[in-house]
Amino acid sequence: MSFFFVILALVLTLGLTWRYLGSYMEAVFNGRVHWLGFVERPVYRLLGTSPEQEQTWKRYAGAMVVFSLVSLIFTYVILRVQGSLPLNPQKVGAVGPALSFNTSVSFLTNTNWQNYGGETTMSYFSQIGALTVQQFVSPAVGIAVAIAMVRGFARRKSPTIGNFWVDITRCMFYILLPIAFIFGIIFVGEGAVQTLAGTATFHDVLNGVTQTMARGPIGFMESIKQLGTNGGGFLNANSATTFENPTGLTNFLSIYLLLAIPFALTYTFGKMVSSVKHGATLLAAMVLLFGIWVGFTSYGEHQNNPAVAKAGITATVGNTEGKEVRFGDTQTALFGVASTNTSTGSANASYDSFNPLGDLGLLTGMMMGEVTPGGTGSGLYTILIYAIIAVFIGGLMIGRTPEYLGKKIQAKEVKLAGLGSLVMPLIVLVITGIAVSTVEGRAGPLNRGPHGFSEILYAITSQGNNNGSAMGGLTGNTAFYNIVGAIDMLVGRFGIIIPALALGGALAQKDVVPESLGTFRTDNSMFVGLTVGVIVIIGGLTFFPAIALGPVVEQLTHLRFF
Amino acid sequence: MTTVLNQPTSQPSESHGVAQAKGLFDGPILRQALKDSFVKLDPLTQIKNPVMFVVLVGSLITFVEALAHPSTFTWSITIWLFLTVIFANFAEAMAEGRGKAQADTLRKMRSETEARRLRADGTEELIPAAELAKGDLVVCEAGDAIPSDGEIIEGIASVDESAITGESAPVIRESGGDRSAVTGGTKVLSDRIVVRITAERGHTFIDRMITLVEGANRQKTPNEIALTILLAVLTIIFIPVVFTLVPFANFAGTAVSVVVLVALLVCLIPTTIGALLSAIGIAGMDRLVQRNVLAMSGRAVEAAGDVQTLLLDKTGTITLGNRMASTFYPVGTHTERDVADVAQLASLADETPEGRSIVVLAKQLFDIRERQLEGDHVFVPFTATTRMSGLDSGTRQIRKGAGDSVKRWVSEHGGTIPGGLDAIVERVSREGSTPLVVSDGNDIVGVIELKDIVKQGIREKFEEMRQMGIRTVMITGDNPLTAAAIAQEAGVDDFLAEATPEAKMALIKQEQEGGKLVAMTGDGTNDAPALAQADVGVAMNTGTTAAKEAGNMVDLDSNPTKLIDIVEIGKQLLITRGSLTTFSIANDVAKYFAIIPALFAVAYPQLETLNVMKLHSPQSAVLSAVIFNALVIVALIPLALRGVKFRASKSSVILRRNVLIYGVGGIIVPFIFIKLIDLVLVALHAY
Repeated sequence: MSFFFVILALVLTLGLTWRYLGSYMEAVFNGRVHWLGFVERPVYRLLGTSPEQEQTWKRYAGAMVVFSLVSLIFTYVILRVQGSLPLNPQKVGAVGPALSFNTSVSFLTNTNWQNYGGETTMSYFSQIGALTVQQFVSPAVGIAVAIAMVRGFARRKSPTIGNFWVDITRCMFYILLPIAFIFGIIFVGEGAVQTLAGTATFHDVLNGVTQTMARGPIGFMESIKQLGTNGGGFLNANSATTFENPTGLTNFLSIYLLLAIPFALTYTFGKMVSSVKHGATLLAAMVLLFGIWVGFTSYGEHQNNPAVAKAGITATVGNTEGKEVRFGDTQTALFGVASTNTSTGSANASYDSFNPLGDLGLLTGMMMGEVTPGGTGSGLYTILIYAIIAVFIGGLMIGRTPEYLGKKIQAKEVKLAGLGSLVMPLIVLVITGIAVSTVEGRAGPLNRGPHGFSEILYAITSQGNNNGSAMGGLTGNTAFYNIVGAIDMLVGRFGIIIPALALGGALAQKDVVPESLGTFRTDNSMFVGLTVGVIVIIGGLTFFPAIALGPVVEQLTHLRFF
Repeated sequence: MTTVLNQPTSQPSESHGVAQAKGLFDGPILRQALKDSFVKLDPLTQIKNPVMFVVLVGSLITFVEALAHPSTFTWSITIWLFLTVIFANFAEAMAEGRGKAQADTLRKMRSETEARRLRADGTEELIPAAELAKGDLVVCEAGDAIPSDGEIIEGIASVDESAITGESAPVIRESGGDRSAVTGGTKVLSDRIVVRITAERGHTFIDRMITLVEGANRQKTPNEIALTILLAVLTIIFIPVVFTLVPFANFAGTAVSVVVLVALLVCLIPTTIGALLSAIGIAGMDRLVQRNVLAMSGRAVEAAGDVQTLLLDKTGTITLGNRMASTFYPVGTHTERDVADVAQLASLADETPEGRSIVVLAKQLFDIRERQLEGDHVFVPFTATTRMSGLDSGTRQIRKGAGDSVKRWVSEHGGTIPGGLDAIVERVSREGSTPLVVSDGNDIVGVIELKDIVKQGIREKFEEMRQMGIRTVMITGDNPLTAAAIAQEAGVDDFLAEATPEAKMALIKQEQEGGKLVAMTGDGTNDAPALAQADVGVAMNTGTTAAKEAGNMVDLDSNPTKLIDIVEIGKQLLITRGSLTTFSIANDVAKYFAIIPALFAVAYPQLETLNVMKLHSPQSAVLSAVIFNALVIVALIPLALRGVKFRASKSSVILRRNVLIYGVGGIIVPFIFIKLIDLVLVALHAY
């Protein structure tokens, strides 16, 4: 029953958020929100730009690349020299080069894959100055790219798609910082730790042991961790710990924050292209798939753990192995799906202990390209890429040169959309192939056989989709996994961003074909079905053999399917 | 059996001549196509089709593998993969073969004639037609074949154009005006004409037709290019999917055979649509040719499917060519019969269709027969200045003509205008008909109503167009009142009355500025700019050379209604491509369920659960999938050549239907047939 109320509360709060945050974001990016003008304007002066200086898609992408490169170097250098920097009560030393590289790429690409334990590896300065900064910056880049791409649909015969510097500035000041600040206060109020003091040591008289409790500036990192679909927690155990996720309310708010911006951006899209219905159509496709995954994974986790069952224990509360009892099986599954389907990757349980079916839910959620609803910005631009393919095939089937929002989808658009949808499966499969066939790669997984395969596949899929959630069991902090993981994340991020921006640029230059009765409708349930079909078919067909050899074999080894 | 799917609204002169519709699998075409299937194995030809190229490379890999490790299985797979390529070539060759057959017919027509060239001094010289240059003047008399395309600069002649149009009735060609163009290869039946040659050998209309139907330099259309890219993407994506199975299997402690991997790859990449794509394009052009329409480029055919505004000439397209007398209205003390009587007299010598229709109507209504006119009588022909025609018989002067003209004539001759006349004239006009006032001496007898007869079934056709989101605009020289009435009767969305070529041009530009694609038909030289401006410009074959050169299609039957068919063929072309793409991708699901359990049968016997078709053995499963994949190409050739059934309806209805048939059907069908093939293989004791 409580699960039902959680879902109900989510639907209500997210519904309102979709409508109002969505239209607020549209106002922000169309330059109608100015309440922080006094900080906004000096920033533009500093950057030597202004909202009037529009960029072509190439200039926009160029600015994005320069900005990302600076971010990467900035993070890397801090991690390498953190030993000599302040705010280091634990006196942790410099992070090794391979791990620093992996970590900087991970936070740059909004992945937050963590090959380290935060409390033992990172100084407070690194957590705040390097990692949390990227947790604000990387979602801003994602949202900016999505907005720039949407401008391609919204504009007519325009050579430009906006100004990158202006977009990320606005995104930071008007959206991410204020929301994260408010929710940070709530998290701290609920008991998430926020301190600059070093670890606390307790002597447990009862058991006669001394315990060291890690703590730090956790609370405010927590809100942006979820809001920006980052997922990289302060502590190794992430949202499973009471310091990051103290109460049922924070658990609920975490799920809410994960989904808020990705869902709301579809409204922003609708409003920008003057057809909220089009936004609602994409939302429907996202919600439909998200709902299926929640149902699937919750069902999977609600089943008894086969290993436990074999031991002769009849459990009545589903699979509780590796879960926080305070959240239970279904809500943990919900959190897991919300986190994996938003490219966040935060976790309030150990995914390695999920039933095969539950893992399959999490894994396939990512394999569908992170569009249900996907990461901040990345979910929207990726689903738009899939929608373009759906429009192309659907349009042909009614005998018209396909058009989406009046923009003709021709060779160039198909090429870019094809590229955008090709990159992720390609990089994930190839790197998984390399990992399972090299000594270094094979050294990673904890288990042998299909579960070991699942662990590798999960890790590579998670990084390729910029998710960052880990199934656990895989020893990732090796030179091999640090390097291939970084490549995986970079290709998975920029390999889609660049085609997305190019699409925006190509579409912006086009004129709009007026709608008629014969136009292929892209704002009805049929199109929801087609888009879902394209997402599932591309994801499903490309990963079918891989998942057959991982979770499917595992499931069939232990139990029947359903 | 003809392959014409959508018979247009009753056109008797359909599908003759060059456009003789051939059966789908015509004997000689079939034999030629079988031969070409092997000729096309040339890698340079294959590389143009990335999907089939992968299959070819795959079959070579399995061939090497079969040589190294011969077994029934490896050889069977190799042979079927090779057959897959052959089937694809066969589909293309079939489509081309049909065009080639038509080209051969045309070539025969281009007989080596001699031309009678006029020298500057007016004398004639005989030279081979091949030596004619642009601008030469040639003489053609009854019995002569016209040596090359040209324009009549002197004379009038009846010409047999059946070689091109299939229409056996001769047509009149005369100098000046819109009927001065003649086509090389046609025959003069009577009289003498002087023709100025407008096209050199190799560039004549027939030459162009031959190139077109043969598809010799067929260019891929924009949509085809876009689809080819998508298919390439879907091919590239499956290469890592399949080949990463090697390390994956290795990790699972098993090995997969190269042959099975290649088989899986071929099954997954969109071979069905890849194999049929070019055949669909060629067949689309071919369907147009069968309707006696020549498209100068595939691009134009594709654009036809996207057209949102159709400009249709009223006369000949929406209404039957001629107006017909429908009612006689008496005025003053006269009776209806009086009107009929006088009108018939006035029209006896009038050979225009309108005139004849008056005679016919008088006979039908009052049985007034044609009579021999006695005494001294003179026929007064219609002129643009008097706007009347009639008969002077002794002192009796009978006139019929436009209201104003006859009224002026009567007043000038001392008559009075009866009271009810203006009311009748106005009413007739408002109803979209033409009123002709009839007078006998200075007495106005009554009014003849000449009605524009809207073609049967045209209203329903326009309703279909509307459903497809196409706006129809009627173009007419009539006044707005008449135009509005006919527009309403025919059910067009809009009309352009008192249309001038400039107004037509302006309308096209205005529509195009709004991003719409416009199609129109035209025949006159003054239509040429508009034909060139329109996205789809269909010139009538009877039209001038200028019109034919400006448009991007020529209708040999000169039947403007065909514009509607052209739009449908354009749509059908895209629908066929889209549907087969969907089908091709949907097929993959069943193939996975056949091959994946088979692939890992040893390492993970538990995957047998996925073998939902309960296929006999891993080998029979893989082979069944490969055989299905090859045979489905052959099975779909007729569909590719004929095109997916197209019914004009709302886009959502078409989409639902095609998603259901080709999407959902595409998922289900292979499950059934792979199972059946597996059963057959078992029955044959192959496995």
